[in-house]
Amino acid sequence: MSETLIKIRNLHFSRDHLKIFDGVNMDIRAGSITAVMGPSGTGKTTLLKLIGGQLTPDEGEVIVDGQKVHQLNRAELYQLRKKMGMLFQSGALLTDLNVFDNIAFPLREHTNLSPSLIRSMVLLKLQAVGLSGAHQLMPSELSGGMARRVALARALALDPMMIMYDEPFTGQDPISLGVLVKLIQDTNQALGLTSILVSHDVEETMSIADDVIILSDGKVVVEGSREEIERSGSAYVRQFVHGEADGPVPFHYPGEAIDELLLKAAK
Amino acid sequence: MKTLSRILTRLGRGTIFLARTLAAIPQLFVRFGLVTKQLHSVGVHTLIIIIVAGLFVGMVLALQLHYTLTTFGAEDTLGLLVDLALVRELGPVVAALLFAGRAGSALTAEIGLMKATEQLSGLEMMAVDPIERIIAPRFFAGFLALPLLAAIFSAVGILGGYMVGVDLLGVDAGAFWSQIQDKVDFYDDVLNGIIKSIVFGFIVSWIAVFEGYDCVPTSEGVARATTRTVVNSSLAVLGMDFVLTAIMFN
Repeated sequence: MSETLIKIRNLHFSRDHLKIFDGVNMDIRAGSITAVMGPSGTGKTTLLKLIGGQLTPDEGEVIVDGQKVHQLNRAELYQLRKKMGMLFQSGALLTDLNVFDNIAFPLREHTNLSPSLIRSMVLLKLQAVGLSGAHQLMPSELSGGMARRVALARALALDPMMIMYDEPFTGQDPISLGVLVKLIQDTNQALGLTSILVSHDVEETMSIADDVIILSDGKVVVEGSREEIERSGSAYVRQFVHGEADGPVPFHYPGEAIDELLLKAAK
Repeated sequence: MKTLSRILTRLGRGTIFLARTLAAIPQLFVRFGLVTKQLHSVGVHTLIIIIVAGLFVGMVLALQLHYTLTTFGAEDTLGLLVDLALVRELGPVVAALLFAGRAGSALTAEIGLMKATEQLSGLEMMAVDPIERIIAPRFFAGFLALPLLAAIFSAVGILGGYMVGVDLLGVDAGAFWSQIQDKVDFYDDVLNGIIKSIVFGFIVSWIAVFEGYDCVPTSEGVARATTRTVVNSSLAVLGMDFVLTAIMFN
């Protein structure tokens, strides 16, 4: 069992009086790909923002690399963030900079490397995601899949210890999807990263995840290795993993029964 | 009561935001390229509307004033009145209103869209403070640009007044300029106008960048924030103009 890079203990978080996390505990192993899954609105992206210190929990703590994220001052938090990469759902590329400058951006902001060295590093990162030929394009000229690959190259620019992926597969064609799956797996192995993968895409996510955590109603419903999740007897997990229309999460939204509604309408 | 609480909360957020923005400004002198880029965006791109509006305002002023002044046989003072109206009031105020509509709305929409497309969050996660990298250069550029634009507005307006008054309506050119030279005081008139435009530049830029940064990150949220920038900036400029005028020209 490898050491734990991220520990979350008794995490409580609410937004606009809506409880999103109600005592969540989880451990994320260093060097692993951990998939965090769950229905829409269950707080998966919020969890990444809590880990990155962009949101503050109501209660509980998030410990990353031995540091309590929400007890750090601004300078310490920024130092920690330099070791975290994050790939946003939209890519979040700076739209007024071209691909090259987007990837060079964190290097220029945080290092004193010479322009020639930065150029070499950026081109190597782009080569790693298969886009060295696109270094002069503007973000508006990229497809969704290309934008996410550029964002991945940017997230890798400072050689972080971990990367958080927020819905990386959403809206991708099968080829882009395959490329992204391969890139996430390869970069994790080649660079010894710790990856947290938030996604709805069960098949693709399960194919590369070492550990899986499924959230629902503000709690961890089930966690374990991929094999353990596949063997799980939980009806909820079965419904989620196999995408069954009805089950513990009902097909029908709770409310008055249809016959009562029809009777009322007839009256 | 709820509305009052919401307004006060927002004012508090806006003040903290302004303090953080002002604290980031000294660092801009090391990286002045960030400000230059924004000066081009908010200043140079607003120049055309400022020149055209200034020209027409000066021309209309000359027409209206000439009509009234001839009834008293005082058309020689046309240049002086056009100049004072522009330098003391219309230059700073109309330039600020146009600036709010052209550059202020663009600043809010740009920052709001950066928020909606997670670019600001992306910067945060790259350990880059968006206030330092995005907000402060835009705020400072707006603050610098408006006094310059107001000065151009007034200068072009006076030229427009000259074209109509002297070339079209036959006012003596010598009287037009000599009245200005003789009666316009640099400190009481010109400097006070410049101070007004500096204050307006501060207010409009603050409102514009804050509305963008604080907006709800959706299409509707950005649209509402952009509207609020134009409406609130215009009202703030007009209200502050009254206060400043009462203090300066009491």
